[in-house]
Amino acid sequence: MNSSATFVEERNPTDWQSRAMQQRIRKRYAAERRFKALGISAIILSAGFLAFLMIVMVGNGLRGFTQTELPVEIDFPAMTGGASADQFKGANGPANLRTLGVQDIVNTSVQIQYGEEGSELFSAGGWQTVNQEILKNPQIVETKTTLYLPVESEIDVAFKGSGSETAEDMVAELKDQLSTGFNWNFLTNSDATDPMQVGIWGALKGSLITMFITLLIAFPIGVLSALYLEEYAPKNRFTDLIEVSINNLAAVPSIIFGLLGLAVFLNLFGLPRSAALVGGLTLALMTMPVIVISGRNAVKAVPPSIREAALGIGASQMQVVFHHVLPLALPGILTGTIIGMARALGETAPLLMIGMRAFIATPPGGIVEPATVLPVQIFLWSDEVNRGFVEKTSAAIIVLLLFLLTMNALAIYLRNRFETRW
Amino acid sequence: MTTRNVDVFYGEKQAIKDVSIDVTMDNVTAFIGPSGCGKSTFLRCLNRMNDTIPIARVTGDITLEGEDIYAPKMDVVQLRARVGMVFQKPNPFPKSIYDNIAYGPRIHGLASSKDELDNIVETSLQRAGLWGEVQDRLQDSGTALSGGQQQRLCIARAIAVDPEVILMDEPCSALDPIATAKIEELIHELRGKYAIVIVTHNMQQAARVSQRTAFFHLGTLVEYGVTSDIFTNPTEEKTRDYITGRYG
Repeated sequence: MNSSATFVEERNPTDWQSRAMQQRIRKRYAAERRFKALGISAIILSAGFLAFLMIVMVGNGLRGFTQTELPVEIDFPAMTGGASADQFKGANGPANLRTLGVQDIVNTSVQIQYGEEGSELFSAGGWQTVNQEILKNPQIVETKTTLYLPVESEIDVAFKGSGSETAEDMVAELKDQLSTGFNWNFLTNSDATDPMQVGIWGALKGSLITMFITLLIAFPIGVLSALYLEEYAPKNRFTDLIEVSINNLAAVPSIIFGLLGLAVFLNLFGLPRSAALVGGLTLALMTMPVIVISGRNAVKAVPPSIREAALGIGASQMQVVFHHVLPLALPGILTGTIIGMARALGETAPLLMIGMRAFIATPPGGIVEPATVLPVQIFLWSDEVNRGFVEKTSAAIIVLLLFLLTMNALAIYLRNRFETRW
Repeated sequence: MTTRNVDVFYGEKQAIKDVSIDVTMDNVTAFIGPSGCGKSTFLRCLNRMNDTIPIARVTGDITLEGEDIYAPKMDVVQLRARVGMVFQKPNPFPKSIYDNIAYGPRIHGLASSKDELDNIVETSLQRAGLWGEVQDRLQDSGTALSGGQQQRLCIARAIAVDPEVILMDEPCSALDPIATAKIEELIHELRGKYAIVIVTHNMQQAARVSQRTAFFHLGTLVEYGVTSDIFTNPTEEKTRDYITGRYG
């Protein structure tokens, strides 16, 4: 008692107005301002990069969704010898159309209108547009119709921006007739050798199937592992080892998972090469550790009082886990799952190892059919020599980003739906 | 409920030394003692909540109506339904008031129809003195209630599975005086229907609500007897010192 009283008396009263004190305060405020400025500039920098990426992508990519077209007048009654519209209606339509010889009709019409060399102006697969038009509206075969067909890739590039000299000359010549239309084929076709005919649908469908398989495998196994490790497993050296292993697995470079998939799924199990099933399984291996880690954190964050409450009225351990812990942890688990899935969606390297880089011209019909996915398609197109693929690559990136944003939006919606506040 | 020579160990450390207490059905029994004296630990032995702590070990005999609750054939899930528990901090489930009460009866299959379940929910809330305040908003979240109401909801939740014993671990320590008074009133009303064991830091509370009091110190049971005797005429000097505020 005594000593502390003397200590208080010995101490001088603090001078809050002294110079040293004022200076210290100024220094503290300055440090705070510096930190704030640093944070703001970091945000501006990253926002700038994002904006740059978006502007470049959208600027290049939007052109990929359009195509340059030339009008072709086709005198169907004269060329088909009087085919009736009814032939091309219903289920037999496509078969009848094949016997009609649309390609020749288009070629002849083009030559009549643009001269002997006319066919070179058009995309080689352009006649298929006529096919689609007839199936959509059979009445046109009974009339003389003008259809807009996609031009050859070089001309397309030249018309949209800068092409080769010869192409530029041709564009100058045809300027009045060239027009721009929406490239529906890009949304419905698959890979092709002619950039005017390529589409994203095959890769998009491949990605959808692959993601579905990944989710189907990785989510239940990941969540159940997380629940078991947190709620049931004893804490000992063995479970510590498992935890370390899972953490390491999450950090393993993705191409190594590709090698694992190649060795296990293709060589050992003999599953088909290039299939969405194998891609999904491989990506599931990669995604699972991420789900387990985020799942464990979410489960850990559930307050123990809820577990006690349920145990206290006689719930079994499993009832505690499935009635109380899991519903409360679900938003966190979903967030982690979406992060893992988004990573898997953008993954290219492991899929190259299991043969998903093949040229796939038809959309996959099932999980064991050859397929490709969006990032691999982007990678393949970016490698093409033909300049027409540049904008297609950007357009595919836009589709991939939209897919990603949709997935994230869905995740946020689900998370908010399941979120319980207490 | 009887306990004989109960020892509890957390790893190497002994938390409870040789405690023998009889908890009678028609009395409220209070456990008092300074912090860390083991009264909560002992309480949690009575419905085997200590099982959730891997390093905890319990020896000795604890019986409920003659059955050894630590016997291998004892079903822990059923035991916890028969010996309900109310915790220090109100911990309603983040569900509706109705579902909070109905959860126990549902998992134990106590109601065969919706009407019966409604009935259980209503009587439980009535017994917990909460019915009048919440009958119009049974579908509201249990977590939206005030602290005192939440604690009564937790008591109602324990009552709903029709236990024989209710253990209360400092049920009022997170509540204001008015809410505390309501809980104490409730304990009075529940006496006789259930055996109640309450752990409390508040000696006035022990004196007000209990008929029998046990005083714990450093893991041992110092004195156990009729509440009025403990508070007016304790036989042990330690008890006298604690009650008069000499320490603790």
